[in-house]
Amino acid sequence: MSILLNRETTFIVQGITGREAVNLTRECLDYGSKIVGGVTPGRKGREVHGVPVFDTVAQAVEHHGGPIDGSVVTVPPAFTKDAVFEAILNGIKLIVIVTERIPRRDVAQMVELANMEGARIIGPNCLGLIVPDVCKMGGIGGPAKDAAKAYAPGPVGVMSRSGGMTTEISSSLTQAGLGVSTAVSIGGDAIIGSAYAELMPYFEADEETKAIVIYTEPGGRMEAQLSEWVKDNDSRLPIIAFMAGKFMDDEEMKGMSFGHAGTIL
Amino acid sequence: MRFYEFEARKIVELAGIPVTKYGFCTTADEARRAAEEIGGPVVIKSQVLSGGRMKAGGVKFADTPEEAAAHAADILELEINGHMPKGVLVDPKAEVKQEYYASVVWDGTAKKPLMLFSDMGGIDIEEVAETHPDHVGKGHVTNLMPIPDFEAKQVVAATGVTGSQLNRATPILAKLARLFRDYDMTLAEINPLAELTDGSFVALDAHMEMEAEAVGRQKQLLRVRLEIAEDDTRETYQPSDFERNVAAIDAADHRGVIQGKDHGFEGNLGLVIGAGGGSLTLTDAVRSQGGKPANYSEIGGNPSVAKACGLAKEVLEKDGVEKIAVMMSIVSNTRVDIVARGVIKACLELGKDPAETIAIFRIPGAWEDEGFKILERYGVETCDRSVSLWEAAGRAVAKIQGAPA
Repeated sequence: MSILLNRETTFIVQGITGREAVNLTRECLDYGSKIVGGVTPGRKGREVHGVPVFDTVAQAVEHHGGPIDGSVVTVPPAFTKDAVFEAILNGIKLIVIVTERIPRRDVAQMVELANMEGARIIGPNCLGLIVPDVCKMGGIGGPAKDAAKAYAPGPVGVMSRSGGMTTEISSSLTQAGLGVSTAVSIGGDAIIGSAYAELMPYFEADEETKAIVIYTEPGGRMEAQLSEWVKDNDSRLPIIAFMAGKFMDDEEMKGMSFGHAGTIL
Repeated sequence: MRFYEFEARKIVELAGIPVTKYGFCTTADEARRAAEEIGGPVVIKSQVLSGGRMKAGGVKFADTPEEAAAHAADILELEINGHMPKGVLVDPKAEVKQEYYASVVWDGTAKKPLMLFSDMGGIDIEEVAETHPDHVGKGHVTNLMPIPDFEAKQVVAATGVTGSQLNRATPILAKLARLFRDYDMTLAEINPLAELTDGSFVALDAHMEMEAEAVGRQKQLLRVRLEIAEDDTRETYQPSDFERNVAAIDAADHRGVIQGKDHGFEGNLGLVIGAGGGSLTLTDAVRSQGGKPANYSEIGGNPSVAKACGLAKEVLEKDGVEKIAVMMSIVSNTRVDIVARGVIKACLELGKDPAETIAIFRIPGAWEDEGFKILERYGVETCDRSVSLWEAAGRAVAKIQGAPA
């Protein structure tokens, strides 16, 4: 059916009063997602598209009257680590970090804390994830009507280091009459919360997922890690991988950087 | 961000790791005084951000302060791989009993810093790992706790080093790991880490690189301790006019992001493309189908009309550009109509016919109907998501190849 998200998934948006966060909130609500609160310190009492704003995650949890499943974090890079720590230590188990340009040390600290507390981080520098016709968490696919156009339900799991290519690939799958089980924009940085291999157990356990498509770029060893996982676990899922950036191999391109922060030859 | 050897030395020293007496000098006279102060034979090393110093004659030995001054005078004038030195480093010729290797790098899979240690220092660590894996110790560093010495001790001990050598090397590796984490480095390496004839350990040579994203929060180290100027960005190459102009247009307006590069591109098809992954895919698609891109670019984050126009104009004004292809992977944030307005405006302002100049416009997504309507009015060929990135790139290539030269 899906991984990580379902029809009942509740989440908050940290940094909800920011320009992009306001748009993202509208898009997710229109798509049918359950956003139960937002956090911007000092803005308690406001509303964003009917979603109540709080100063702290604890207030949001209290208002909701029970545990909240997820958080979309859109605060500036200097404040992201604190926001993610706050989410994790208030019992949130799924965190999507949209923010880009976060130093690696901070990302590594967030991931280590998440591992200790049994939480999962998607991103940073990502658009989030979507289960077609059920729920979207983050800006992935854009406005609800655009997302509906690109993402139809189906048997293919999608993981991509590029946010835009997540939608491009899913749209191709939709047009081909196949469709998508869950699509995850995993982020373009050198260190991310969930690499391909770390999401594979979820897809493997999801009976509706029959195949995987990944989008990759040169740099790092996430693809090698994925192939090791597939071998070690005797995965039932065929994987189709598309790697962009062949032109970067050219001699005259040496020493230049293209695309995402994690994209290095 | 890269550091000169003398800066890396200073960073290591600040972290409490022992170094030999050394002098950073910008004149022959200073080098003479540094050699006098050090006493005995010295090494004079060119301070350039380039490899191959030794081969180029940028490293020389001197027995006397006079000789040191003469070598320094030569090296200060010596260009190495297109770089003039920032100065010279004067080091004592150390009496080394044994060379070791110590470094810390990021392990992206474990998401932790990784310490490396070897008792076969002074040579390429990858070669040692290949030929003598039992002489390389590896171990991760905690991200959340203060870094304990024992994590370093385990790594040193894994190479079989024991006795007073273990006890001297352990705090050095631990301090290296702390400076790596505290200063947001992506590489912190001491090679060689030398055991001198008196049994003491010193860092003879160090390499450091700092993560670009962290430069803003490392001002104390960069500006105060190392006195590196704000505009000294240590880029690996000089940006071209095109690259500088696009960066200026981008900086002038906070809405959206545009980037342009043209190092290594000399074609006739200008690329106004995006976003990150889409640009890589499209550049490959153009080249794989025989097209010759004039540049690389990235559009993202919903730029203004002025920004899209500015990028298109810069691309169109590059030497040899005959047409542009405007293509992106499906957009959800960037508005199609805004990019459309921008590229039309660029053509008109340069006195060019949009229908002739824009080989193809393939940006599906947010506000696409509005965007396509504008383009159709000017006779520009548009395509939606039913045309793949590969196909769109192919159409642009076919058009430019069919165009009169």
